[in-house]
Amino acid sequence: MSAQTPSTGTDRVKRGMAEQLKGGVIMDVVTPEQAKIAEDAGAVAVMALERVPADIRAEGGISRMSDPDMIEGIIGAVSIPVMAKARIGHFVEARVLQSLGVDYIDESEVLTPADEAHHIAKSEFTVPFVCGATDLGEALRRISEGAAMIRSKGEAGTGNVVEATRHMRSIRAGIRALGTMDETELFVAAKELRAPIELVALVAREGKLPVVLFTAGGIATPADAAMMMQLGAEGVFVGSGIFKSGDPALRAAAIVQATTFHDDPDVIAKVSRGLGEAMVGLNVSTLPADQRFATRGW
Amino acid sequence: MTRPLIGVLALQGDVREHLAALRDQGAEALAVRRPEELAAVDGLVLPGGESTTIAKLARRFGLLDPLRASVRAGLPVYGSCAGMILLADRLLDAPPDQETIGGLDVTVRRNAFGRQADSFESEIDLAGLGGTSLHAVFIRAPWVEEAGDGVVVLGRIMGGAADGRIVAVRQGNLVATSFHPELTGDRRVHALFVDIVRRHLAQQAGVVAGNEEES
Repeated sequence: MSAQTPSTGTDRVKRGMAEQLKGGVIMDVVTPEQAKIAEDAGAVAVMALERVPADIRAEGGISRMSDPDMIEGIIGAVSIPVMAKARIGHFVEARVLQSLGVDYIDESEVLTPADEAHHIAKSEFTVPFVCGATDLGEALRRISEGAAMIRSKGEAGTGNVVEATRHMRSIRAGIRALGTMDETELFVAAKELRAPIELVALVAREGKLPVVLFTAGGIATPADAAMMMQLGAEGVFVGSGIFKSGDPALRAAAIVQATTFHDDPDVIAKVSRGLGEAMVGLNVSTLPADQRFATRGW
Repeated sequence: MTRPLIGVLALQGDVREHLAALRDQGAEALAVRRPEELAAVDGLVLPGGESTTIAKLARRFGLLDPLRASVRAGLPVYGSCAGMILLADRLLDAPPDQETIGGLDVTVRRNAFGRQADSFESEIDLAGLGGTSLHAVFIRAPWVEEAGDGVVVLGRIMGGAADGRIVAVRQGNLVATSFHPELTGDRRVHALFVDIVRRHLAQQAGVVAGNEEES
C-alpha cells in the first residue's frame, strides 16, 4: 500500500490532545524554575503567563501574552506540554504563540481583552485552543469557533472557588436540560443558548460536550480540586493557588493527588495536612464589577 | 466464552475511552487506582496521558512495585502512547528521574515526532490485525527507537520524515502502540489485546488443571 500524507491540526488531533490531559492538573507558571517545580509535582501541563492572576489584580495595568524569551525558556525547561495565554480576540498573539511551538493556547479572560466583539477564529490554527465559559451557551459558542477544550472561568486570582462552582454547575445543568428535550424544543434551546443547532443536538444526544471540560478560577486547595472533579470537571487548572501559597511544591503535589483520588476523602485528608499557608483569598461578592474577569468574553 | 476482567490504570489520562473500547470487545472493564484492584484483574491497559504524571502517582500511591511484579508474573498489559513509555525498559528524552514499570525490551523516545503542532493522523499497516490498514492518531507521540531480539514489530510509519519508525510492538503478553486506538472507532487493537488476555487465562486454567491431575 502507498504511503499516506499525515494530516496535522485536525479536530481529532486537537481534541485528542485534551483527552490525554484528563484527570490531571495544569499549573500557571511565570518562570522556567516554576515550570520545573510544577513538572516535578506531577502537573500534566504548565500554563505560561506574564503574571499570575492574583498579581494582575494587585498590580493592575494591561495584561498581555508572555515575553517569547520566557515562553521559550519554559518550553526548554520541561518535557510536559506547555500552554500559553493570548488575549481574547488577539489573533496575532495567538500566531506568535503557535510559531513559538506552544502545545495549547488559552484565549483567556485573565488577560486584558484585545477585542470586545470577536473571539479568535480558532479553527484556522494548527495549535489547539482552550477557552473559558460561564455557562453552556458560552461553551458551545467557543467550540463553534474552534475551541478544542473548555474550562470554567471561575474568578481567577481570588483563591475563592465559588464562581468555578457556579460555572461548573451551570454548564452541567445546561447539558442535563438538553437531554430532556425533543427535537422541536432543541431549536428553541439553540436560539436561547445562541449556539449552532448541530452542536446543541449533539450535546443533547451524547449527554456531554464534544470536547474535554476542565475547571479553572479560584482553586486553592486539594479539597477545592476534588470538589470540582465531583461536580463533573475532567481536570483542573490551578493559577495563583500554587505559587502564591506558602509551600508551592508541596501544595502542587497535594492537588495532583487529590484530583486523582477526588472521590476518596481519606486520601484528600492525608494530602491536605501540613501544606502551610494557602493563598490569601478575595471575597468575590465584594469585587467591583470592573475587577471581575469572568464577565470578559461573550 | 470467558469474560475476562481487564483493568485500565486510572491515575490520569484517557481512561474512559479505553474502558469503553474494552467493553465493546466483550470484556469486563475496571478502573484501577489501588494495589487490591490491580490484584483482581486478568489484564491491564496503560492509557494515554502524561507519562511523568502517571509514573509519579504510581510511585506515591504504592502502585509502581505491584505493577512491576504483575508484569514480571506474566500479566498481559497493553500500553498506548504514555502507556508505551511506561512499559519501556529504557527511555530517551525523559527527565533523568523518570521511572517506568518496564518489562518491554525496547528503547522509547518521548515526544519523538515533536510538539502538539506535529501531532497527526495517518493510515498504517499493522501486522496481525488482518484486513485493511488502520487509521491511527498520534499525539505528542513516542516511538520505539530500538527493539530487543524478543520483540515483534507490529507496525511502522510509512512515508514522511519519520518513515520506518516503529510505532507498534509485541513481546509475549505485552503490547504497545505509539498511537491511540481508543480515540477512533476501530477496535481491532483492543480486540487483539482481549484475545491475548483470554488465551492467557485459558493457558493458566490449563496449568492449574494439569497440576490437579498430577496431585
